[in-house]
Amino acid sequence: MNALILEKLNKQFGSSVLESSEFRGELTLIVPVDKIVDVCRFLKEDSDLRFDILADLFGLDMYTPAKRFGVVYNLYSLKTHYRVRLKTFVEENHPHVQTVTGVWSTANWHERETFDMFGIIFDGHPDLRRIYMPDEYEHYPLRKDFPLMGIPGSLYLPKK
Amino acid sequence: METATHDIPRKSKILQALEDQNTSVTFVDPLENDLILNMGPQHPATHGVLRLLVRLDGETVTGCVPEVGYLHRGYEKLAESSTYHEFIPHTDRLDYLSPLANNVAYVLAVEKLLGIETPPRAQYLRTMISELARISSHLMMMGSIGMDVGALTVWMWTFREREKLYDIFENLVGARFTTSYTRIGGLAHDMTPEAEQMIRKFIDEFPANLEESEKLINTNRIFIERTDGVGVISREEAIDLGVTGPCLRACGVNQDLRRTNPYLVYEKLDFNVVVYDGGDSLARYYVRLQEMKESQKIVRQLLDGMPKGDIHAFKPKKVLPRKERVYTKMEELIHDFMLVNFGIDPPVGEIYHAVEGSKGELGFYFYSNGSGNPWRMKIRSPSFVNIQALPAMLRNAMISDVVAIIGSLDPVMGEADK
Repeated sequence: MNALILEKLNKQFGSSVLESSEFRGELTLIVPVDKIVDVCRFLKEDSDLRFDILADLFGLDMYTPAKRFGVVYNLYSLKTHYRVRLKTFVEENHPHVQTVTGVWSTANWHERETFDMFGIIFDGHPDLRRIYMPDEYEHYPLRKDFPLMGIPGSLYLPKK
Repeated sequence: METATHDIPRKSKILQALEDQNTSVTFVDPLENDLILNMGPQHPATHGVLRLLVRLDGETVTGCVPEVGYLHRGYEKLAESSTYHEFIPHTDRLDYLSPLANNVAYVLAVEKLLGIETPPRAQYLRTMISELARISSHLMMMGSIGMDVGALTVWMWTFREREKLYDIFENLVGARFTTSYTRIGGLAHDMTPEAEQMIRKFIDEFPANLEESEKLINTNRIFIERTDGVGVISREEAIDLGVTGPCLRACGVNQDLRRTNPYLVYEKLDFNVVVYDGGDSLARYYVRLQEMKESQKIVRQLLDGMPKGDIHAFKPKKVLPRKERVYTKMEELIHDFMLVNFGIDPPVGEIYHAVEGSKGELGFYFYSNGSGNPWRMKIRSPSFVNIQALPAMLRNAMISDVVAIIGSLDPVMGEADK
């Protein structure tokens, strides 16, 4: 199945576009950030694959100088019962990814969560607000440079 | 006297007046009563700290915005600075209505990362506690949806059954709610003969007791009229919104990870995947009701086929050694010291493992860079995704049905907010 997915994607997008790896039988594809919506739409609409459920979407902080932030898409197919994981990386100074809410509506809250936790901006998102943290919060808690104990003064507390 | 005209825009006068900083509002159209109602986060019927902003036209809901995050504890951040073993107690606090199932889901994901296979007895026990957790969670849902539509007795009766289950957990695990029963590569301790007897007694009596409770509401006209055709979500919409678990099966989708992507010993078991067609609150209730009966069947099969033997995988560098051996043997003492202080040494890689929890697909994602702490852990919590479908279910519902629809969705804020 993993071979079939790769073959179909290579046929559609050309083999130079995608990087793939396999670990414990799980297929991970690394997709360039400008192709992510097209790849998602193709995987959802292809009649043999039909990845019709976006099980999860979340951010990843690699803490590297280049391509620091990743966005991971976890796709599931009700037809074949297979999973595939897509990853795309963005630069720290320009963390912009096109939204996939047009492909799966469920991406709405997942992308809000990713924005809340990592500060990755999803262009074209209908309602990109914070979801867990207060609206006026200025930091992104799941970034690796955010300390576990929090940042003093970042939440408005009563005066002594 | 002014007559109502029809070309008045339906935008709320109150909102417009508030925007204009004008607090005195005069209505031209007496029928215009668009109202924003805030429900929660401290509302007895929202099952935790879920906040809903509902737009009402009369008594009809025209729009809804759910707000989550009131129980956010940052578990994913915590996981990054704790070892794989240290995180197990936190999984109890995710879906606090079925903590045993969360324990199982977490260790299965870690074991997939490490490549550990547990002995058959551990697998049977894990399957059994997952199903017992499912029964206890669904019992809670059955009681609370009854209470949401005004049938208080069901709550009392299902809680009586749930109490028996918690007594079993106390005997089996040593704790009633915060179980932390599983360990990486095994379980905390084996099932005692007394616990086995208690489980047998429970599943022998359970069908009759459940029938007693279901008789109260299954043919109750008030219950049916409050749930039948209420909170409908179509099959396509549910898939698009990523709904999983009983809520998806109530829309006529035959999808159960226990059957489609089997884990533990589900492949060997004989059970039915319960699917209903309605997509409404009643169908969601019926799916859970029938699932409890299937779970009871599964537990009986597991008890009958329970193999004897060890409950720990033999992987000294990954599985915590037994306490009595730590105190008497040098090797085990060293391993215990290393595992507790520095964690296990996982391979570099990323995995995702999902189980069919009582609310839906409960999955854990790990990105390991080879150190004792996960570089990134992501909890795929079913309640978070299911709550996102609330606006679709509440469309054109009555305000009094909102609590019943939340009850039929059965979200747990502990896992939705992480």
